[in-house]
Amino acid sequence: MSTDFLYLVEVLINGLMAGVMYSLVALGFVLIFKASGIFNYAQGVMALFAALTLAGVMEGQVPFAHLINAVFGTEIHHFGWHVPALLAILLTVGVMVIFAWAVQRFVFRHLVGQEPIILFMATIGLAYFLEGVGDLMWGSDIKTLALGLPQGGSRWIEDMTAGMGGDDFYGFFIDKLDMVATVVAIILVASLIAFSQYTKHGRAMRAVADDHQAALSVGISLNFIWILVWSLAGFVALVAGIMWGAKSGVQFSLSLIALKALPVLMLGGFTSIPGAIVGGLIIGVGEKLFEFSVGPLIGGATENWFAYVLALVVLVFRPQGLFGEKIIERV
Amino acid sequence: MLDDTKVETLLEVNNIEVIYNHVILVLKGVSLSVPRGGITALLGGNGAGKTTTLKAISNLLHSERGEVTKGRIEYRGRPVENLSPEALVKRGVVQVMEGRHCFEHLTIEENLMTGAYTRSDGAANVKADLEMVYDYFPRLKERRKSQAGFTSGGEQQMCAIGRAMMSRPETILLDEPSMGLAPQLVEEIFRIVKNLNEKEGVSFLLAEQNTNVALRFAHHGYILESGRVVMEGPAAELRENPDVKEFYLGVSDDGRKSFRDVRSYRRRKRWLS
Repeated sequence: MSTDFLYLVEVLINGLMAGVMYSLVALGFVLIFKASGIFNYAQGVMALFAALTLAGVMEGQVPFAHLINAVFGTEIHHFGWHVPALLAILLTVGVMVIFAWAVQRFVFRHLVGQEPIILFMATIGLAYFLEGVGDLMWGSDIKTLALGLPQGGSRWIEDMTAGMGGDDFYGFFIDKLDMVATVVAIILVASLIAFSQYTKHGRAMRAVADDHQAALSVGISLNFIWILVWSLAGFVALVAGIMWGAKSGVQFSLSLIALKALPVLMLGGFTSIPGAIVGGLIIGVGEKLFEFSVGPLIGGATENWFAYVLALVVLVFRPQGLFGEKIIERV
Repeated sequence: MLDDTKVETLLEVNNIEVIYNHVILVLKGVSLSVPRGGITALLGGNGAGKTTTLKAISNLLHSERGEVTKGRIEYRGRPVENLSPEALVKRGVVQVMEGRHCFEHLTIEENLMTGAYTRSDGAANVKADLEMVYDYFPRLKERRKSQAGFTSGGEQQMCAIGRAMMSRPETILLDEPSMGLAPQLVEEIFRIVKNLNEKEGVSFLLAEQNTNVALRFAHHGYILESGRVVMEGPAAELRENPDVKEFYLGVSDDGRKSFRDVRSYRRRKRWLS
């Protein structure tokens, strides 16, 4: 095997894993869009907020410490305990469920039956509101997530594959965190699909996605389903926040990962869970391959725009995306 | 099944007024009652207010920016105006909406199963009812694995009625089941409705433009015109009423008339009322 070919394989594998990270973010968008037709601009901020909350809870930070200190003249910052990771994750899930309820109760309940663009605007407002709340609750300093997730390249794979293409090949470099993310994403997607296909509430979720009025008429509570969907999206945001946060630290630029998910959605379709995954993989691989093969010729930095161009091309030929639901139209 | 002496009134609509968007007055005082075990027909042309009446009862108006501003709606003697649609389904009133509204991307069987969403009496009972629905609609059993969006209009109508039956309702509000269907299919669907009424004891409130079919299968009828009940009575009597014959069944003592005459007569009548 030639060294060049092995490098190509390495690029491919790394592209796939980067794609998984994109998919994790895209999933949250798909869940909410499918069930309520809302394009949730706040998904990225939800990931940030979930990661901030998790980090804050684990470190035993006092939420709203600045506010409390300012009002009561106290000097509190930390409870002085450390919460174990699993418990902290459960608590964070709880916070995301409360968030889902609040969004439904105070925002979208008043906007039932409004135009999609109005709902979209509401989510923009929501995004910046949530960012502010995150800042107020946990402070604006960069946090690390000490979940004990493996970091760095896998030595084992490197040693295994070293010398495959001759003495000058040092073996595949594969990030351990990416590998964990892949496994987590597979489990997450499998359970989401199982939930929506085989359970009563999953079926109701799909029913609501198809036809709100009809769902109401058979006695499905839209309110409950939407809280459920936002909670699920919150949970997915937490997983994405953990993975991205572990990679690059929990900081406010984390909310920009939403921009990485956008081309994934355009490619895979806004309504398909498998589409979000495959779309993410295609973009991850395409991006890396393009950078590897064409990048050097045109001065690099293609990763910034390649995904959007690819998505644009797909949009022109398949407006519903590769896996989006076919618009059923009987003639 | 229905004899006119001493039947319990299930649903009582008392002089309701419905306004859309705070300004558009659609119902101007509609009253009707639905007896247990009966098929009650609500007749009238386009825009008469049939659908609005049904939606007012099932509380589906809210999401369309409509509201009941006057009058009372009672089910088994208890007011239901402020109940959510799901609470109403739990009490036994379910609506089959105009235009079928199946869940297009769900299979026929999944569609039927969503009808059982509010039930908490166990999977075995739900399964038994699924078989019951398949007995009444053998065609649905054949197509159980097809996506509802790809089935025919008649099958979708059956699916919508079957889905409503899955909630084990006492009363079904059935909106325009004949819409867009071939005459034989309309007959088939109405026969099944009659069957469900007689064998399963389900009461129906049926909004229909196809006066002819509706009056043949119903026990009692109300005729709506621009948001008011203008006539009511046992179906057999309505069928013989000369005005009904002329305006809704299209026949009169002096044979068929041209549309122009009918329209001018209507205009005159509106002046009088």
